[in-house]
This record gives sequence, C-alpha cells and structure tokens, in this order.
Amino acid sequence: MTQATQHKEPLLRIVKRDGIARPKAYAIRLIAVLLSLVVCGIFIYAITKLNPVQVYEAIFDGAFGTNRRSWVTIRDAMMLLCIGVGLAPAFKMKFWNIGAEGQILIGGVVTAGIMKAYGSALPTPALLVVMALASILCGCLWGVIPAVFKSVWNTNETLFTLMMNYVAIQITSYCVALWENPVGSNSVGIINQMTAYGHFPKLFGQTYGLNVLLVLLLTVGMYIYLKYSKQGYEIAVVGDSENTARYAGINVKKVTIRTMAISGAICGIAGFIEVAGVSHTISTNTAGGRGFTAIIVAWLAQFNTFVMILISFLLVFLQQGAIQIATQFNLNDYASEIITGIILFFILSSEFFINYRVILRNRKGADGK
Amino acid sequence: MENTYAIQMKHVTKRFGKVVANDDVSLDIKRGEILSLLGENGSGKTTLMNMLAGIYFPDEVEILVNGTPVTIASPKDAFACGIGMIHQHFKLVDIFTAAENIVLGLHEEGKLDLKAVSARITDICQRYGFVIDPNKKVYNMSVSEKQTVEIVKVLYRGADILILDEPTAVLTPQETDRLFDVMRNMKADGKAMVIITHKLNEVMEVSDRVAVLRKGRYIGDVATADTNPQKLTDMMVGHAVTLNIDRPLVEKRHLRLEVRDLTVRTGEGVKALDGVSFQAFGGEILGIAGISGSGQKELLESIAGLRAAEPGSHVIYHPPAPDEPIAGQHVPVDRAGEELLGKTPRQIHSIGVSMAFVPEDRLGMGLVGTMGMTDNMMLKTYRSGAGPLLDRKSPRELAQRVKDELDVLTPSLNTPVRRLSGGNVQKVLVGREIAQEPSVLMTAYAVRGLDINTSYTIYNLLTAEKCKGVAVIYVGEDLDVLLELCDRILVLCGGQVSGVVDARTTTKEEVGLLMTKFRKEASQA
Repeated sequence: MTQATQHKEPLLRIVKRDGIARPKAYAIRLIAVLLSLVVCGIFIYAITKLNPVQVYEAIFDGAFGTNRRSWVTIRDAMMLLCIGVGLAPAFKMKFWNIGAEGQILIGGVVTAGIMKAYGSALPTPALLVVMALASILCGCLWGVIPAVFKSVWNTNETLFTLMMNYVAIQITSYCVALWENPVGSNSVGIINQMTAYGHFPKLFGQTYGLNVLLVLLLTVGMYIYLKYSKQGYEIAVVGDSENTARYAGINVKKVTIRTMAISGAICGIAGFIEVAGVSHTISTNTAGGRGFTAIIVAWLAQFNTFVMILISFLLVFLQQGAIQIATQFNLNDYASEIITGIILFFILSSEFFINYRVILRNRKGADGK
Repeated sequence: MENTYAIQMKHVTKRFGKVVANDDVSLDIKRGEILSLLGENGSGKTTLMNMLAGIYFPDEVEILVNGTPVTIASPKDAFACGIGMIHQHFKLVDIFTAAENIVLGLHEEGKLDLKAVSARITDICQRYGFVIDPNKKVYNMSVSEKQTVEIVKVLYRGADILILDEPTAVLTPQETDRLFDVMRNMKADGKAMVIITHKLNEVMEVSDRVAVLRKGRYIGDVATADTNPQKLTDMMVGHAVTLNIDRPLVEKRHLRLEVRDLTVRTGEGVKALDGVSFQAFGGEILGIAGISGSGQKELLESIAGLRAAEPGSHVIYHPPAPDEPIAGQHVPVDRAGEELLGKTPRQIHSIGVSMAFVPEDRLGMGLVGTMGMTDNMMLKTYRSGAGPLLDRKSPRELAQRVKDELDVLTPSLNTPVRRLSGGNVQKVLVGREIAQEPSVLMTAYAVRGLDINTSYTIYNLLTAEKCKGVAVIYVGEDLDVLLELCDRILVLCGGQVSGVVDARTTTKEEVGLLMTKFRKEASQA
C-alpha cells in the first residue's frame, strides 16, 4: 500500500455557528458597515486623492443637509419600503417575484390615465380613491397571472414575472406616446400641473405626509399579517415545504395565488403613490429599478417589515449622498455607485460571518471575525 | 494470522458548533478483523468514520496508519492510506455501468480500457465471492447490487481498510447473510473492516470485536465472544434497559379501515401500488414490512388523501361506535362505512384518520423546520377559532404538555424544530398526532434515528393507543421490532401485497422471503 505524505491542516476552515447571540450579530453587522467605510475611504483616496472624511460629510449633507433634502430622502425611502413590504409575502412563500417593476408600472399607468382623464370630473379625494383602487386591481392582476400559471402548469415564476415587466414597460411606452405633452417632448409632463387635480394633498403641513402615512400603515399591517394571521401562517408553511403544507390540508394553489394577489396589489399601490404622490407623471423609468432593489430590502430584513424601514433608509441615504458627492467633487455617478456597491457587499457578506465562523490554523477553536 | 494495527486513532475530537460529536475518542482497528462500531444514533459513529474517510477534518487528532502518523484532509488522502468507506447513501451514477462507476474518478495512465477493468472486477469478485455484472447499468440494479458495486469500487482502488456505514439497513435478511459471507472472505484475506450498525444481532453474528460509543465518548471495546446483546445495550445506553415490548392482545377489535384494490401510479405513470387490499382493526397494530420503496409511502399518502388513486380503488373507513372511548369529537361519518378516496386531507383528518408520516428527510412532511414547537402544534388546527388572527394560546399549552410528557429537549418552545435532534423532532410529531385523539394512527419509520430509550417510549405510546382501540398502522424497517410490536404484519413487495402474517407466530425468514417474493418470480421467469 502507498503511504500518504504528511498533510498540513488547512489554513482556513469554516464552521457553522450553532446560533449567535443577537447583540453579537448586530455587532458583526456594525463592524461590516465600518469596514466598508474604511475600504471606500481607501478607494476614494486612491482614485481621487480626496479626503474621505470630507466625502463622507458630503454624503450626509446630500441626504440630510437641508430640510428639502431630508424630505426627499424620507420620500424615496418610503417608496422603497412600500415595494419591499409588497415583496415580503411573496418571498416568504419562496415565490421569486422579480416582477415588482412591472407591477409598479402598471399601477402607475392606470393612476396617470385616470388622473389625466377624470382630473376635472371628480373631486380630488374621490379621484384618489378611484386611482388607488384601480392601481390595486392592476397590480393584483400582474401578480396573479404568473401565480396562476405556476399553480396550474408549474411554470417558472422567476422568468414569468420578469417577462411581465417587459409587457408593462411596453404598455407604458405606448401610453407615454399617447399622452405626450407637449407634443414632441417624448414625455407626459406633469399631469394637471396647474390644477393639481389628483395630486396628494398636504398632510400635517407636509407635502409627503400622506406618502409616509400610507406606507407606514402598510408596514404595520403587513407585519401583523405575516406574523399573527392565519393566512400569514399558511404563507410560512408553504414557503418552508409544500409537502408539509399539503399534509396540513393547506390548498397550496390557493395560497400561492392569494399571496401573489396581495404582493402585486401592494406593488400596484407603490405605483399609485409614486405617480399621485411624488412625480405626478409617468414614464418607463417610473419604477426605476426599485422593484429589484426592494428584493434586497425584503431579504436583508428577513421579511420583518420594521427592519425594512432601517434598510430602505440606509440604501436611500447612500443614493442621495452619492448624488451629492458626484456633483460636489465633480465625480461622475459611477463613483457613487461603486461606493454603494462596496457597502452593500460588506453588509451582505456579514451574514456569512453571522452564520459561520472561520478558524485559522493553529488557532484552534478561536473565533473568526 | 498476524494481528497488527491497521489504524490507531488517538484523542479524536470533533465539534459542530456547540455540539461535541466526538470527544477524545481513541480507537484501534486491527488487520484481519471485523470491528463493530456500535452506538445509538447521534453517538458519533459516522462522524468518527467520516474523519478517517477524509470527509470531515477533526479538531484534534492523531491518526496512525500501519504505525505511521498521517493527516487525512480529503477523501483522496484516505484512499492513499488504503481506507475506503461505503456510505449509507450510495454515490453512483445511475446511467453508467458498474465498471464505469468503479473507474470513475481514477486517473490511471494511458487509455481507458474497460475490458481490462471488467477483468479486474471479475477477479476481485471471484476472490471474495461477489456476484456482479460489470456491464450492467446502475439503474437496473437492486439495492444490494448497488451496494456490491460500492464495495468493489473501494476494493478496486486498493483499499485494505473498509468502513461500512449501516450496510444492512437496506437489505433483506437473505441479502444480509450474503454480505456477511463476503465480509468474512475479506477478513480471511487480511483486510481490516469496520461495520457501523445499531442492530445487536448483526454485531453478534459477524464481528470479532465491538467498540461502543455513547454521546461522542468512547466507552470501551469487548470481544464479541465475551458479550451478549443485553450487555452491549447496557454499554450503549449507559444503564440497564429492558428490551421487551409489551404486546397485550386487545379482545374487542373492530374493523376500522378497509382497503380494496388500491392502485396508485407515480408521477411517471409507474404503478406504485397494484391492487392492494387489506383490513385494519381498531385495537391492533398492523405492521407494514417491505424493502424501502415497495409502496409504503404511497400507501399511507393515498389513505391520508395526499395522493390520487386509480379508479376502482376503495378505502372504506368504519367509525368507532359512539360509546367507544376513542369516538372523540370528530366529524360524524356514515356508520356503514365511508369512502375516504376523493376527500381532501383536511376532511380525512377531521374524521379522525391521522398520519404521522416521517419521510426520509424527516422534516419534509409533517413538520415545518423553521418554526418552533408552538407553531408546529397548530399545523392542522390553526384554522380553529373565529377571526383572521391566529390563536397561539392553546398550541402553546399543547407544546408545553408534549414537551413535559415526552421529555422533548429544546431550548424553548420557539426554537426552530430543525435545530432539534432527530429523536426530539420525532417526539414532537408523534406527540402532536396523538394529541388529536385519532381513531386511525399511521406512522412511517417512527423510530428511525432514535436512541433505544426513545424508541421504546414510542413503542409504548403506540401500544397505549392500540389498547385505547385505535387502529395503528406501523410502517417499519427493523424486522425484529415489527415481529415484537405488531399483531399482524402485511408485507409489501413491488407495490403488491405478498402476504399478511400473524406477527406472534411468524419468523423473520418468512417475512424476509415475502419481501422479495415477486422479484424472485420475475427473475425466474
């Protein structure tokens, strides 16, 4: 028989943690954010020779420097949160709904259409209710179609929801061309600019007060729905194992379709809020990739909608800051996107260190980061 | 015969998180010897051997192969040391032939010459008494043939230290005897062998020496000739246990479930069950024996309403009389008997037919791994109560009661059940099902992976249910237990009933022959 040569213990070994105390988990996440700032600092300095501290100040300034900037940050965070809340039930059910973009757009398009057509015919509060209901219906439809196909013919929901996005984008392009104003601008412009028919009214003296209120209501509602309701329980069971769900007598098809109806409806509402409460116009960029960013929000928060508030603020804070540094230091947008990317990378990989620990050779049992 | 040490493991420690799987274990394996590694599930047998095979890397260890210290960091290192392991779950490519599987992953010089390979395989087979056709595709093979391929694969690579992880779990008694013959031949050839098992009678039959592990610790080793099953059990468990199952005969037995011509097809259209007919009585444990995959799963699933049956199949449920103690508060059904096929799982459950089904991966059906005990308790009852919100109060009380009565070890009622050990998961499941006060209780592999104490707890629970008048259907894999626990045993073979025998008078051999009845007839035809 042959004789094995002497092998050394591997330099790095990865061991699954048995569970981790909550403060420690948050400490790891905090360390990750701090480390990411250090790495970004090194990057900024290496590329631009700027003082990283100044750049960070500029980021904060961009997000919260003035009252107006703060409100923009809040407004955008609420939008992202709303979409994240909409995605949470679908992803908790392990239904890979990457069609939020389309669901937002289709909700936005009907909102814009109604605003344009009936702006003068109905008083604004009634108009808002009609637009909200219509956007819920359309978002619902956009969510239910892939769910029905998945339940009945077992189609792949990832591809299906993705393709539904393109359908929504094309419908939006068509409507933009139809409603073009002024002609030749290739945009719809601000709908009812002078009269503000169908625009969100001020609430508590704040332009975006209604946005905040609506989204926070949805956030609390979804938290209760997922955690304390019978339907939320069904979603959790289906998400863990369809076999167990069938064994428990849960109608998996029904739950799938119902959950996607809810998920699509909330994304539709997001489109309604965006059009009636923020931009007052419609374009193919109305969703602006937030349907995908919100997936990160939902997953990072582990479907806890209150944690989602924090995460959406963090992401929007970074975006706003990035725009600021791009203008202030004459960097282009890509520099800021790189910074966002680095920070997200660190946050995501911190989850690895929360679930596993790394053991170095000769440091037996010692703790990795 | 010269008795030198093939392997000496000294002070092996392996941790998984907080769990210490092996704690300072020292074990010697001698040449020309069959060593039984005995221990309950979770005692660290497989972990220990996986470290020899290079699957895991130990936290602390010193391994000597033939007296030379080595480090085994990968399966390749293990082969270099002449160590080969035959795993419980076969690792073969289905669409390859035996010969192709055997040379797979070997980097031999020159062109691949399958003829030479076949010749060498035949040579190995003749030497040790294997029967194998090198050109047969794996998907055409029986479980025992696949196992043979695995063993030959290891021998082909020149291993002279063989580790077999629960090799008999999938074999019939007859196949087991053949395997043991082969093992004795290999022993005579000077190979060292370790057989991991928890079946005591096999230990007594085949091994020369027994090493016992308990909770990751090395308890000791004894020569097989100097011990007996009772002594070994005491070593495994750490205290004296009685290995008798009480089997009272219930006088009043009522027809509870009548299965007639049940035919079920799998998704691929193959008949998983073919005209199965039998009766189950309240006050009786009906055992279901058979090689795994003979239709046990499909049988239980179709009774529970999870699987559609072919037209012409019938499952008739006869409810207990209202004065019987188990009549309970179930939905009333036709006293003349009610057809269960076509009803939804929820309806079937609501009339008192309960299934504690534990499939291979244990958590796949019956429990939600990511939820705690409380949430799992309400899996079938969460709809009760008015309003859209969940009532967690009574499930929490039930969880607490199951935890106390069955000694479930869990940090809290909200700890995800997938973090619990197999035995505790099983207790949670069986505890919940019994709490529903069923009139028919179906269990599949209810004691798979459980330690001896817990297994007997489960047997006693089932017997208690039987005495209450419940019709218990017990799908099992250990024939010794089936013979001791059940009143009657139904044997499935290839989706057909090959016989129903009285468990009090039958023998293991009779049941074993029934398990392969149709296969034999087919091969003779």
